Amino acid sequence: MPGRLESVEAVDVVQVVALDGGFPVLAGVDFSAPRGSITAVLGSNGAGKTSLLRTLAGLTSVASGTGQVLGVSVARPERGLVGRVGLLGHDTGCYEDLSPAANLRFLSRILRADPRRADAVLARVGLTGRLGTTTMAELSAGQRRRAALAQLILRAPELWLLDEPHASLDGDGRALVDSVMEEAAGQGMTVVFTSHDPGGAARVADQVCTMAGGVVTERRDGERRGPHAA
Amino acid sequence: MLRDAWAVFAKDLRIEAKTRVGLWQVLPFAVIALVTFAFALGPGKSALSAAAAGMCWVGVAFSSVLVVGRSQGIEREHGVRTAQRLAGIDPAGVFLGKTGAVAVQLAVIEVVLGAGAVGLLGYHVHRLWLLLVASVLATIGLAAVGTIYGALTGAARARETLLPMLVLPIVIPVLIAGVRCWQAASVSSAPRVGEWLSVLGAFAVIYIAAGVVLYGQIEEVQ
Amino acid sequence: MKQRKVTILGWAAVVTLAATAFFGIVVTPPDVVQRQYVRFLYLHPPMAWVAYLAFGIAAAASILYLWPKTRRMAFDALALACVESGVLFTGLVVVTGSMWAHPVWGTYWVWDARLTATALMFVLFLGYLALRRVGGSPEQVAKRSAIAALVSFIDVPIVHFSVLWWNTLHQGPSVLTPGLSSQGVHGAMAWTMLLSFVAFTLLFAWMVARRMELERLRLGGTNRSLEEQLAARRAEGVPA
Repeated sequence: MPGRLESVEAVDVVQVVALDGGFPVLAGVDFSAPRGSITAVLGSNGAGKTSLLRTLAGLTSVASGTGQVLGVSVARPERGLVGRVGLLGHDTGCYEDLSPAANLRFLSRILRADPRRADAVLARVGLTGRLGTTTMAELSAGQRRRAALAQLILRAPELWLLDEPHASLDGDGRALVDSVMEEAAGQGMTVVFTSHDPGGAARVADQVCTMAGGVVTERRDGERRGPHAA
Repeated sequence: MLRDAWAVFAKDLRIEAKTRVGLWQVLPFAVIALVTFAFALGPGKSALSAAAAGMCWVGVAFSSVLVVGRSQGIEREHGVRTAQRLAGIDPAGVFLGKTGAVAVQLAVIEVVLGAGAVGLLGYHVHRLWLLLVASVLATIGLAAVGTIYGALTGAARARETLLPMLVLPIVIPVLIAGVRCWQAASVSSAPRVGEWLSVLGAFAVIYIAAGVVLYGQIEEVQ
Repeated sequence: MKQRKVTILGWAAVVTLAATAFFGIVVTPPDVVQRQYVRFLYLHPPMAWVAYLAFGIAAAASILYLWPKTRRMAFDALALACVESGVLFTGLVVVTGSMWAHPVWGTYWVWDARLTATALMFVLFLGYLALRRVGGSPEQVAKRSAIAALVSFIDVPIVHFSVLWWNTLHQGPSVLTPGLSSQGVHGAMAWTMLLSFVAFTLLFAWMVARRMELERLRLGGTNRSLEEQLAARRAEGVPA
């Protein structure tokens, strides 16, 4: 029985050159990811992993290249990606002086979402009770990461971009990230994450790309679909 | 736009309530500025009461730079701007919400400085309605201009000195009109009150409109 | 603008300025009231005209840059060139104004609407230049500056009226620009003044054109090395 074939690629870009302050952080990237898949991007520091995610989010200026992200031209996304892409970077995206619960409440107002969902999401990431109502500044690094993850879950965008989501998390935290990504992909959202751990990344991903010098140098299947994919 | 504005407004005030930066840093600064002016211009009662309105408004203008700096400062940390932009927040709503929060904080400062003017400088309020209307309009104008320039100078390393340099010249009309209105409010009739109020009103409307239209472009610049 | 046209413009400016100086200093007579100081007539008003022109063009160029359909870096360069020249001319306006006012009015400064608005323009120009020093990509700098220019521009009429009403309460409507409306300007003086307006406008145009060319070269230089940067970037990935 053939595996599910994604007929539409969520991301499909060719030879993308992206500039940050005039410097080519991406020097000709070919990258694609089917809808509902999980892609891991490996590479050493400075290889361009973060820049790739930022470019897919529409946050960097693209000098050249063709292709689309969620049906929007990668070179001129204009406002086509607004509300459809989520990025979990090194920053938490949360106000330091508010609690995770208050941050999520603010976000759900922006999203016009049911405020009760915020509580459910906090429970999902394990920030219940006292942890949910403590100011962000007083939380540990791992707890802050969970708060940032909660914001992404609440947003539930079409494309999830996570920059080293497993960093500064313990075993439970890493398992949480993996399960959240699996859940998202299962619901049809597309996930791309970067990692320094090839083995762990391959276990949860459908495809594993490696970057170096601002280009994608290697692409292989991950273990999530692996030999079962048609 | 308005729902985002309300969310941002409430969020900004909640942060201020928690951290009390305005209360413990800006308000004391404003009071100290007023007292400093009094020492420089006094102790003659007539000199002080003549200058009372001017001293208050200069204090408010300087304070507005500090309040705006703080208001923009909280948006610079921890990638909140990027996160909100990706989430699809309406920039015009952000502008209105932040302007509103700044205006509320400035209003508190004005009340305190006004009380100081009455208590320390011999300023008498004859027409309260004029005082209130003029103050509301002037505050909105100050908050709007400050928020626009605060967002524009966000990336600057020298933003603490750049922001007052940009904002204070622009708000000269508000200073002039605000002081004239406060002076007029201490007597039963004064010339040109209608014109001063129209200056304040026009300023507020123009800069609110400018912010609503341009704030999206400003945010994209960062 | 082609180099040749700019050079011709420059020479035209030199010629007209020289002519203005000649007529202004040698040919035209001193004034009955103002004596030799009336010769400021050939310096101050034309420079004020250029200052306002610079401000207006900078604002218009900023609007054009912000409007997506007409967004071109040339407009940003135009705005910058106008502001830089504008700062110079506005500063000179204020200085020549004071130099002229002291012997004629007895005071260096008057808080009337026109002077104050002009002084304010000077400060706004400086603010624009200060803001440009805040870093970022050329597009970021251009956009930020254009917005600031626009926000400043809409303030000037408001300031003008505010100061007008502020001042006339105290001094009455008798504040005049020295020389122009009180006795009327005619004959050789009128022609020379017209010549001075033309001369300073040409000078301004030449300065703006040269500055825009400089800006074009400055920006072009960074783009040319993109190929080299790409090669270097890709080489980073190759193991040593």
